[in-house]
Amino acid sequence: MLDNMRKIVPPCGFHCIRINHLGVRFSDQVVLEDVNLHIHCGSLNAVIGKNGAGKSTLVRAILDDIPHTGQIEFRDTKDGRMQKLKIGYVPQSINIEKNTPVSVYDLIASYRFRYPVFLPKKRKIYEQIQKSLSVFDAEELIDRKVCNLSGGQLQRVLLSMAIMDEPNLLLLDEPVSGIDQTGMERFYQTMDHLKRHYDLAIILISHDLDYVAKYADHVILLDQTVQKQGTVREVYTSPEFERIFSVGLEEQDD
Amino acid sequence: MIDWTSWMDYGFMRAAFLAVLIITPLFGLLGTMIVNKKMAYFSDALGHSALTGIAVGIVFGISDTSLSMVVFAVVFALLLNQIGRTNTASTDTVISVFSSCSVAIGLAILSKGGNFSKYAGLLVGDILSITGREIGYLAVIFFVTVIFWLFGFNALNAACIHRTLAKSNRIPVALLDNLFAVLVALIVMLSIKWVGILIINALLILPAASSRNLSDNMREYHLFSVLFSVFAGIVGLLVSYYTNVATGPMIVIIASVIYFATFWYHHKQTRVSGKASGNQE
Repeated sequence: MLDNMRKIVPPCGFHCIRINHLGVRFSDQVVLEDVNLHIHCGSLNAVIGKNGAGKSTLVRAILDDIPHTGQIEFRDTKDGRMQKLKIGYVPQSINIEKNTPVSVYDLIASYRFRYPVFLPKKRKIYEQIQKSLSVFDAEELIDRKVCNLSGGQLQRVLLSMAIMDEPNLLLLDEPVSGIDQTGMERFYQTMDHLKRHYDLAIILISHDLDYVAKYADHVILLDQTVQKQGTVREVYTSPEFERIFSVGLEEQDD
Repeated sequence: MIDWTSWMDYGFMRAAFLAVLIITPLFGLLGTMIVNKKMAYFSDALGHSALTGIAVGIVFGISDTSLSMVVFAVVFALLLNQIGRTNTASTDTVISVFSSCSVAIGLAILSKGGNFSKYAGLLVGDILSITGREIGYLAVIFFVTVIFWLFGFNALNAACIHRTLAKSNRIPVALLDNLFAVLVALIVMLSIKWVGILIINALLILPAASSRNLSDNMREYHLFSVLFSVFAGIVGLLVSYYTNVATGPMIVIIASVIYFATFWYHHKQTRVSGKASGNQE
């Protein structure tokens, strides 16, 4: 379903994103400290952890939305060249309440184009948006009001927007809330397809340990700092995992 | 028999008509964003700050109180914006506190020596007293707003929908917020003498709120908002002329009638489409 995207570049495996000694504090409270991550293109990296472990803060720090210490580097491991990191971000939810006259076209055009959305639609922009929506089977949503979309539909729209300018890193902030079981499966399959067929890395904040086990290449267990990272098996069998999630697996749902 | 063109014989009516043609589309435009950003409280507080601005001008002995009014409003708008950004307490409460405080100070100063009646006209405004020079000012701000809207609306809309997402698309969110606040402050201050403190917010909110009841996208939202605003302005002016009622309140009454009509229409539409689509969702 993703094959009609304009530019399909399979991951080269040589791009990597390094996050070095990242720290965030709000006044005198330390939220994150000394977070070190090494992310390769073509990989799905899942960040797991309890509520309040700093997962959303990590996303905002990577986006440079909040003050933080440490650096984020993006380089080609073949020649060691530094490049500018382009991030495609998919927020958890957006601030559009019922009855807001914003269509999917308006939403995407506002972020991605200069031509004012209150003037008559431009055919070229419309087609370009439609094309990127078609990557996620969402082209028929283009004239729908954003406030009337289901959770899954909104997410596909936001994903289309996020990959429009071919980012190196796709950052998803707990995207699966408000989506049913079929939607979840479909979402993870999309992630899988993206990382296989596009030259990008994915960092996904997730609550669902079962789906993470099934799809993630690299798991990061976060609690103020990286408690444990590695393959699914390495993390899930670690004492740190046991300690953090031992209270009972039923808690993972909230 | 009423003579429908008699109003055109008067210079003050022609000037008022021209002023309405400039002010109302502006209010229709700005209203779309004020309603989307839920800034009704903000523009209301701004309107009330006009009194304080005049009072400040009198205290400092500035001969042109319009100037002190505009300067005070711009500072006040930026201050309110800053408060909104540092979301420590509930924003509407804090804005309300600042607004009440500044209005009280303004009223206290202006009423000293029992002279408040001199300023009472400001509460309802008087569009019939507008001069050619003042229409010129309005035309300038009209031009500035249209330019800002053409170049900044997309980014403003993006920032309103999701700040972090906008920032990640390299949109200067804070700068745009401030520019918008200053623009609203300028327009409110330049038109408050004609429209009046008590009703200026209604004129900003009502056309956009009515338009929301009918629109599915940003093009319809802007079109209906501007149309309703201009329509209410012209009809309100003419009705006020023939009924000898203050113009500002008459415009707001017409705008309110439009709002209730669209609200009723929207309510009916959603009920019909709800029945037609059944339990599809």
